[in-house]
Amino acid sequence: MVVAQVSPPEVADAGARLLAEVNSKTAGVSRLEMCIQCGSCGGSCPSASAMDHTPRGLFALIRAGARDEVLRSNTPWMCLSCYHCVVRCPQEIEITDVMYAIKTIAEKEHTYPNNVGPDFTGVFIGQARQFGRSWEIGLTARHYLRHFILRLPGITPMAFGLFRHGRIGIMPHRIQGTKQLHAILARADELERAR
Amino acid sequence: MSSYLYYPGCSMEGSGRSYRESLEGVLEPLGMTLEEINDWNCCGATEYVSLSTTPAYAMIARNLAIAAGEKKNGESLVAACSACYLNLAKADHYMGQQPALNARVNDALGAGGLHYDPGTVKVRHLLEVILNDVGLDAVKAAVKKPLTGLKVAPYLGCMVPRPDVDGAFTNHEQPNDLDRLLTALGAEVVDYPLKTECCGGHMTQVAPKVGLELIRRLVAEAEKDGAVMMVTVCPMCQINIDAYQGEMNRMFHTHHKMPIVFFTQLMGVAFGLEPKSVGVGREYTNASKTLARALKAAPQLALAAAGAAPAPRSRPDKRALPMPRMADSEVEE
Repeated sequence: MVVAQVSPPEVADAGARLLAEVNSKTAGVSRLEMCIQCGSCGGSCPSASAMDHTPRGLFALIRAGARDEVLRSNTPWMCLSCYHCVVRCPQEIEITDVMYAIKTIAEKEHTYPNNVGPDFTGVFIGQARQFGRSWEIGLTARHYLRHFILRLPGITPMAFGLFRHGRIGIMPHRIQGTKQLHAILARADELERAR
Repeated sequence: MSSYLYYPGCSMEGSGRSYRESLEGVLEPLGMTLEEINDWNCCGATEYVSLSTTPAYAMIARNLAIAAGEKKNGESLVAACSACYLNLAKADHYMGQQPALNARVNDALGAGGLHYDPGTVKVRHLLEVILNDVGLDAVKAAVKKPLTGLKVAPYLGCMVPRPDVDGAFTNHEQPNDLDRLLTALGAEVVDYPLKTECCGGHMTQVAPKVGLELIRRLVAEAEKDGAVMMVTVCPMCQINIDAYQGEMNRMFHTHHKMPIVFFTQLMGVAFGLEPKSVGVGREYTNASKTLARALKAAPQLALAAAGAAPAPRSRPDKRALPMPRMADSEVEE
């Protein structure tokens, strides 16, 4: 006798909850619920080989409500933001933004697989918020000292080369309207926390 | 003179300085004026939007609000950096699509005395503006030193042709926009199938094995296709392929030496500007010699191409597999 296998209701519920959570953190309209598990995303992904789950697999885990597994996956952290999957997805899912949403949740809960990516992004954001501009040398110098000290001997001549060619400024550039920017960001943070 | 509002982005002041210098040089020959928007801030690159929504989009929208305030005759806002272009375009697009996001972003902007209505400013990429507004005829007319014989690989990277929220590019994966422009400069554009593949973005910083492998593919393919130089529209692609090529060579025990320059730099050179004045020589993997050699050979090549009899039809390569032949009996029937 063939018995139809149906997910128990608690799995379906957990899946729906996780889907809603990810959707609420997506900037635009994710359309994630439209996924047909075709795998075009993973097949198009230049960094899929470095991921523990392909994007398709990760979306299946979301539907199954496997929250821990999803938030501990390195998949969104390996996303290059190249949008190959986005333009190929037959269901027009905003895959890059879904990856961003998962990263946003994982970063808050500190469930990321390692801290190199979150740390780099965090420092970039901090400097951009503080000065209103990114600060290339400040960011990379700190990053290499903290995470890639062994790469320094190979990287240092390159940094000097860029400096010699006038491509690196030493001091950060500050915009004039830092006060205005900080007021905007403070209000934006409040609104984000209240969501 | 067509005039535009201009958002430079942080890279143009630092690692992408040669992009800025060359852009400034080609504006006059192209008949364009760019008005830099006042006191713009960082767009957050791919970093901020990847870990946040309201603050990240509020930071981008501050620039849109400033641009909207400075707009006089319906000018578009032009960005040259791929990430800046995409962030500005995406913020405008999503604020229009998601009323809740629009409300939160405008609430935050209000704290700084600003407001932005989505759709007010049209965000465009420099390459698309040059192709569609200036036009290839005007570009050709400005060429004084055709880059005849210079074999280049046109490399767009990801974020200009994709996701392309406004549908401005001919194709998301194999667009010919940059090819057409470089051909108009007289350069020989090689068929480069990886033209919109990713350079790795920040992976050179966070997961070097992943990033360097992507750079290796791009450089090896350009070399295999016969290019002596890659040409890009993006500061991130430029610095990844230019500055990390040494580390990539060490990791894979390869000896690639592929210079990469901005498309505006080649425009400047073709328009007769001094290579140095358009930032040639600021690359880590030097492009000056390759370019000088090509420029020296160009006039003869151009003359030969103009005066020579049509090239003899190429014979099939003997090493190629033979074409299938039908048996004589079948032909008769």
